[in-house]
Amino acid sequence: MSTVAFLLTQVVNALSQSALLFFLGVGLTLIFGLMRIVNFAHGALYMLGAFVGYSLSHWSGNFWIALVVAPVLVGLFGAAFEFTILRRLYRRDAPAFLMVTFGLALVVGEAVRLTWGSDALQVPAPPLLADVIFLLDEPFPLYRLFLVATGIVVAVAIWQFLERSRLGLLIRATSQNADMASALGVDVKRVRSSVFGIGCGLAALGGMLAAPLVTASNGMAATVIIDAFVIVIIGGMGSFLGSLIGALLVGFVQVFGNYYLPDLALAFMYLVMLAILMVRPGGLLGKEA
Amino acid sequence: MLRIEGMNTHYGASHILQGVDLDMPQGRISAVLGRNGVGKTTMVKTIMGLVVLSGGRVHVGGTDITGWPPHRVAREGVAYVPEGRLIFPDLTVIENIKVGERGPGSAWPLARLLDLFPSLRERAASRGSQLSGGEQQMLAIARALVSDPKVMLLDEPSQGLAPLVVRELAGVIRLLREEGVTILLVEQNMKLAEAVADELHIMVKGRMVYRASPAVFRAEEETIRARFLTV
Repeated sequence: MSTVAFLLTQVVNALSQSALLFFLGVGLTLIFGLMRIVNFAHGALYMLGAFVGYSLSHWSGNFWIALVVAPVLVGLFGAAFEFTILRRLYRRDAPAFLMVTFGLALVVGEAVRLTWGSDALQVPAPPLLADVIFLLDEPFPLYRLFLVATGIVVAVAIWQFLERSRLGLLIRATSQNADMASALGVDVKRVRSSVFGIGCGLAALGGMLAAPLVTASNGMAATVIIDAFVIVIIGGMGSFLGSLIGALLVGFVQVFGNYYLPDLALAFMYLVMLAILMVRPGGLLGKEA
Repeated sequence: MLRIEGMNTHYGASHILQGVDLDMPQGRISAVLGRNGVGKTTMVKTIMGLVVLSGGRVHVGGTDITGWPPHRVAREGVAYVPEGRLIFPDLTVIENIKVGERGPGSAWPLARLLDLFPSLRERAASRGSQLSGGEQQMLAIARALVSDPKVMLLDEPSQGLAPLVVRELAGVIRLLREEGVTILLVEQNMKLAEAVADELHIMVKGRMVYRASPAVFRAEEETIRARFLTV
């Protein structure tokens, strides 16, 4: 195997990993930017996306329907949770949110176990993407290339949504000063529900897309929530671009670390985070220290 | 146009507004003067719904807006230019204005606002944080105007501005009056208040204690100043 071909497959591998991490991190950072709360249930919703996606693709027999419907369902669930429960807590301190979103994570975790059981479930990639292609004569799963493309499409879509759409403008304004936005006629509560729903839907999209690679399992929530926190901290809490850069950094560190220093790969991720925080305490694109 | 009856507001145990009454006729400028900390800003925030009132009523036009959340107060036609301007720092000038936009048919569409404030047109693509104090103040007014308000609440607009800019500001306030906007002007700058207001009110310890036309005020200025305004 040539070095160039090897590096190329590893880079594409890392990019596909980054795409999955980005779906998770971007929702977490948008929610934090707007509401100044950390959603501990984010990993559980990622997992829920994988399981709902599993059932939908079985019932419909169509991966693509599941790919669209699962994130929408989980997003609506997230918005409903914000609307009925979180909304009552905005005048309270941060620990209240921590408890409640952590509680949601536990409830979702158990609900998934009761509904789908404890065994890992296979979610097959769609036939169209089940193939292997050759990158400089190296075999490479087409599905991972599809993840890279999806990551790029979603990143551009979110960026355009934030910059160009009315709701995107109101999200940015509300993140910067919620009182002022409301005094200009913005229904801040509605903006918050939307963003919480969108963030949860993106997490579910990540889970649904990860399932064909790693199966849908009860354990997937716990590992990814840590990765998601690292991404958001590296990029700067609340920064969209920061979450993109954070996801790329973590994706590359994980893939290359696993190859060159498998024993230290996890430690390496935290070392990168520490190094960045020492230079920029608020994260790469964060405002406050 | 804006009528406040017996407005009371508490911050925790402290009783800030203790029965404020104010009746603002349409198309006029009412200025409220008073020392630091007597409750002027709290009054404005309470009208806006940003601070919860503990007693009294607020009417806009014929509508009782007591206890409404801020976004509904704004949509009822009350525009807010806060102390310290509170421009969205990472939004551009145009984006700042667009946050306040509410459907077509405004008497103050974006194009007209940029004609009215040429300095904002020049800086249309700049971020809010890059503007000078004077530019930020004009932007705060433009952002409030774009919603085509019935009433405009101006809290300390002259704060930190150079005399020349304050003069420009006075011109803008007079222009708004000619266009029929009812204005509540809260000011420490007595000169600005005297120059533009149709009616002067003085607030002391959460109550209105004095009301007069600028002419009458000017005649009694020395005594009134000593009694209510100087520290």
